[in-house]
Amino acid sequence: MTDPESGPARRPAPDCSPGGGPPPGAGGGARHAGALGEPVIRLEGREKVTGAARYAADHAAEVPLEDRAYAWPVPATIARGRILSVDPGPALAGPGVVAVLSHENAPRLTDADDATLLVLQSPRVAHRGQCVALAVAETLEAARAAAAAVRVVYEAEPHDAAFRPDHPGLYAPDTANAGEATDRIHGDPDRAYEEARFRVEAEYLVPPLHNHPLEPHAATARWSGGRLRVYDSSQGTTVVGRTLATLFGLAEESVTVVSEHVGGGFGSKGTPRPHVVLAALAARETGRPVTLALPRMLLPSLTGHRPFTAHRVRLGADGEGRLTSLEHAVTTYSSTVAEYTEQAATPGRHLYAVPNSRTTHRVTRLDVATPSWMRAPGGCPGAFALESALDELAVACELDPVELRLRNDTAEEPDSGLPYSSRRLADCLRSGADRFGWWGRDPRPGTRTEGRLLIGTGVASSTHPALAQPAVAEAHAAPGGGYRVRIAAADIGTGARTVLTQIAADALGAPLDRVRVEIGASDLPPAPVAGGSTGTASWGWAVHQACRELLYALAEHGGAPPEAGLTVRADTTEEIAAVSDAWARRAFGAQFAEVAVDMDTGATRVRRLLGVFATGRILNPRTARSQFVGGMIMGLGMGLTEHSALDPEFGDFTEQDLAAYHVAGCADVVDVQAYWLPEEDSRLNPMGAKGIGEIGIVGTAAAITSAVYHATGIRVRELPVLPERLLPGLAEWQRAVVV
Amino acid sequence: MTAPVHTATAALRVNGAPHELRLDTRATVLDTVREQLGLTGAKKGCDHGQCGACTVLVDGVRMNSCLLLAVACDGAEITTVEGLAGDGGLHPLQSAFLERDAFQCGYCTPGQLCSAAGALRELAAGRPSAVTGEGHPPGLPVVASDEEIRERMSGNLCRCGAYPGIVRAVADVAHTGTAPGDREGGAW
Repeated sequence: MTDPESGPARRPAPDCSPGGGPPPGAGGGARHAGALGEPVIRLEGREKVTGAARYAADHAAEVPLEDRAYAWPVPATIARGRILSVDPGPALAGPGVVAVLSHENAPRLTDADDATLLVLQSPRVAHRGQCVALAVAETLEAARAAAAAVRVVYEAEPHDAAFRPDHPGLYAPDTANAGEATDRIHGDPDRAYEEARFRVEAEYLVPPLHNHPLEPHAATARWSGGRLRVYDSSQGTTVVGRTLATLFGLAEESVTVVSEHVGGGFGSKGTPRPHVVLAALAARETGRPVTLALPRMLLPSLTGHRPFTAHRVRLGADGEGRLTSLEHAVTTYSSTVAEYTEQAATPGRHLYAVPNSRTTHRVTRLDVATPSWMRAPGGCPGAFALESALDELAVACELDPVELRLRNDTAEEPDSGLPYSSRRLADCLRSGADRFGWWGRDPRPGTRTEGRLLIGTGVASSTHPALAQPAVAEAHAAPGGGYRVRIAAADIGTGARTVLTQIAADALGAPLDRVRVEIGASDLPPAPVAGGSTGTASWGWAVHQACRELLYALAEHGGAPPEAGLTVRADTTEEIAAVSDAWARRAFGAQFAEVAVDMDTGATRVRRLLGVFATGRILNPRTARSQFVGGMIMGLGMGLTEHSALDPEFGDFTEQDLAAYHVAGCADVVDVQAYWLPEEDSRLNPMGAKGIGEIGIVGTAAAITSAVYHATGIRVRELPVLPERLLPGLAEWQRAVVV
Repeated sequence: MTAPVHTATAALRVNGAPHELRLDTRATVLDTVREQLGLTGAKKGCDHGQCGACTVLVDGVRMNSCLLLAVACDGAEITTVEGLAGDGGLHPLQSAFLERDAFQCGYCTPGQLCSAAGALRELAAGRPSAVTGEGHPPGLPVVASDEEIRERMSGNLCRCGAYPGIVRAVADVAHTGTAPGDREGGAW
C-alpha cells in the first residue's frame, strides 16, 4: 500500500476525449507531462499573502470616493406578519444618506424561481432577520446609522419557530435536497429488525449549524447604459448572472458577475443570495456604484444554514455482526418561503451491505430563515447518526468497530444494486487503523487514563457522491506558444485555479507557465457552481476536452497557430449525458479520533484526528491535503463547539455571530492528518478524480463522539459534545478515582 | 434622527507613508485604511473583534483594527499586510504561508500574517501566554513551541481550517527566520 509521501502515481490521464488516442503534440515541442499530480503552490497565493487579492467588497476602493455608496440592510424584528409602514424620514435626514429602499419604493423584480431573492417586493415578513429596508449612504458610517434610524411598523402575527421531531406539520416532500428520493424501502426492515440477533435503536440530534465563511457575503454593483456589472462573493458566476438577468428583466449578456477571489462559501454562496440583489437594486435606484457587505450577524438569517435534523436509527445484525436491517428516519424543517429538505437519511443507502432497509425524510415548514446547503448537506449530519449507531452496534455485538464495518463492506451500492466504479472503504479503514495505532484497543470505556483525563478513541466511515455536471471551456493557442483557457469556474479556496491550470498543461503537454487559466466571471464560458464536490470533475473535464481539441486543431494548422491565434470551445453536455449509468460512483474514507475528557470539568479535547481517503486520482497533493484537513477541522468544530438554536420566542437564532457560534480555533487543532490511497478509476472523468471538498467533514463528529464514549462510557447523541452533557455521567468517574 | 457627523483630523503613518486625514469620528482604523486609503488587504470578517481578519500592527503591536477608532490613533504607526515586507518582496512569513499552504480562501490571511508578526515579537520579548510555564524568567525569549504558536494565534479564526499549515509556517520563521522555500530543498 502506498501513501502520498511515496509520491503521486505518475500515469497519463485516461483518454476520454472523442476520437480516442493521444492527440498530436503541441507546436512540435517536447511533451511536459507531470503537471497533474504535482504539489503546485496556489497560483494566486502571492496575491493572497500580500493583500493584493481583491474580494467583492474590496472593489469599492476602485470607485472615486465622491461616487461611492454603501448599503446597509434593515432586518425584520418580527418572525411573521406584515409591514404596516416604513418611515425613511429620520434616516434620510442624516448627513450623507442617499436613499432608503423598501417594498414601497424598490424597483419590481421578476421571479427567478427563488423566493428568497424577491427582496423588498412585498410587505409580508416570513422570518425575523428578513431584509425589510435598505439604507444607502456615502460612507459606511452613515449607512449604518441610517439603517438604524429607519422606522418600520409591523403587524405581527402568531408564529411557529419551534421545531420538534413530532411536529404536526411534518410531511413527505416530493424529493429531498439534490433530488434524492424522499423514501427508499428494501425488503422488510421491521421483520428483519425483530428477528435480528443484535439490535440498536437510538435518536440522534444535530443542531442548526452555520456556514460562516470568513468573508461575509458581499457585492459591489454598478449600472451603466442598461448593463449591470457586479463583483459578488459567490461560488458560481454563471448562475448569479443568469438569475440577476431574470430578476431585472435583462438579457444575459447585459449582466457581468465577477467573483475572482471568494473568502470561503461552504455552500452558503452556492446560490445567489439576497445581498447581490440588494446591491444591484440600490445601484440602479441611486445611479451610483453600491457596495453591500452583510454584517456578520445577518448571515444566519440571509445566507442559509444547515437545519436541525432529528434522526431515528434502528440497526439489526446477525450473530456475526452483519447488518440485516437498517432504518434511518430523518425529520427536519424548512421555511415558509422555500422547501429545503436536508437529505440526511441517505448515508445508509450507500455505506453498508444490508438486505432490508428503510430511509425516510419528513419536513415541516416554520416561520424561520430558509435552510440551505452547508458542506456535505445530508451526508454530513446523516453520517453522524448512522456511524454513531454503528458504534453502538459494535458495543452490542462485542465487535471491534473497524471489524464491524469491514464485515459489512460491499462491492455494490445497497440502494441501487449497481457495482461501485471504485470503492476502497475497507482499505481506508485498515490503512487508517494501522497509521493511527488502532489495533489492540481495549474496547471497554474508561480503561485509559492520564491523571484526571479519560482517553478514548473512535472511528467512522466517510462517503460522498463523485459526480460531474456539464460545462463549457474555451482554449486558445497564441502564436508565441502560450495558451489561454477560459471557463466560469470559481476558486473559493479549493485551489481550483491551480488545478485547472495543471489539467490544461497536462492535456496540452505544455509547461505550467505557458498556460493561463481565466476563471471567476460570468462572461466566460458557462460552468456549474463550486458545489457538491463536482467542481474539479466538471470544469476539469471541459478544460481537458477543450485543450485536447485545441491540439487537434493545431495539428490541422501544421502544428502552429495562425497569426490571430487559434481558439476552440468544448461543451461536455453530451459526454456527461453519455456517462454509463451501470456504475455507482462515490468517494470513501475513514476517520479516527483520539479524545481526552477532563473528568472534573467535562472539557473535551480532540488530541488526534486521522483520515484516510480514497478519492480517485489526487491532482495536487498540496491543495488536496488542505481540503481534507480543512473538512476534518470543520467536522471537529461540529463535534465539539458548533451549535445554534432557534429561539421559539423571537424566531431567529440564539447564536448569530462568531462570539456566540464557536468555530474551531487554532488551539483546538492539535494534530490533524490526512492521507489518501492510490485509486485508479477510468469510469469517472478524464482526470480519474473524485471531488474532495466535502468528504473530510463526513463522519468526523461520529468518530469524536464514539471516542468520547470509549473514554467515558457516555454516549453523546446530541451534538456537540458540551461539558454539561458529560458532567452528570462523569460523576461516576470522579468517585472512582481517589484524589 | 441620526446623529450629526462629527469630524476630526488625525495623522496616521500607514506602511511608512504619512497621512493627514479628516475623519468621521465613528470611523474605525479598518474602515479608514480600506475605504479612505484603498488598502484593502486588511479584511472585515465580523466588525466585532471576534475573528481577527482585520488584524494590523499598531506601533508594532497586533490589534483588531475594527475595534480601534481612527481618531484615537492620532500619531500612530500602522502596518497592514501590504506593508509587512517593506520593499515589494515577501516577508518570511508570507513565503512560509505559501510553502505550507497556510490558507485556502485567503480572506483571513492578511490578519493571520500581521498577527503572526506580532506574536513573533511577543515571543522574542519574553511576553508570556496562557500556556507559558509559570517559571519562565521575565524578559527572556519564550520558545516558539507549537503549543505557544497555537495559543497565540487563536485570536485569528480560519473557517477553511488551515491551522496546521499556519502553525508550521509560523514555526518555520520562528525557528530559522526564513521560510522553508528560502532554504535548500524546501519543506513540503
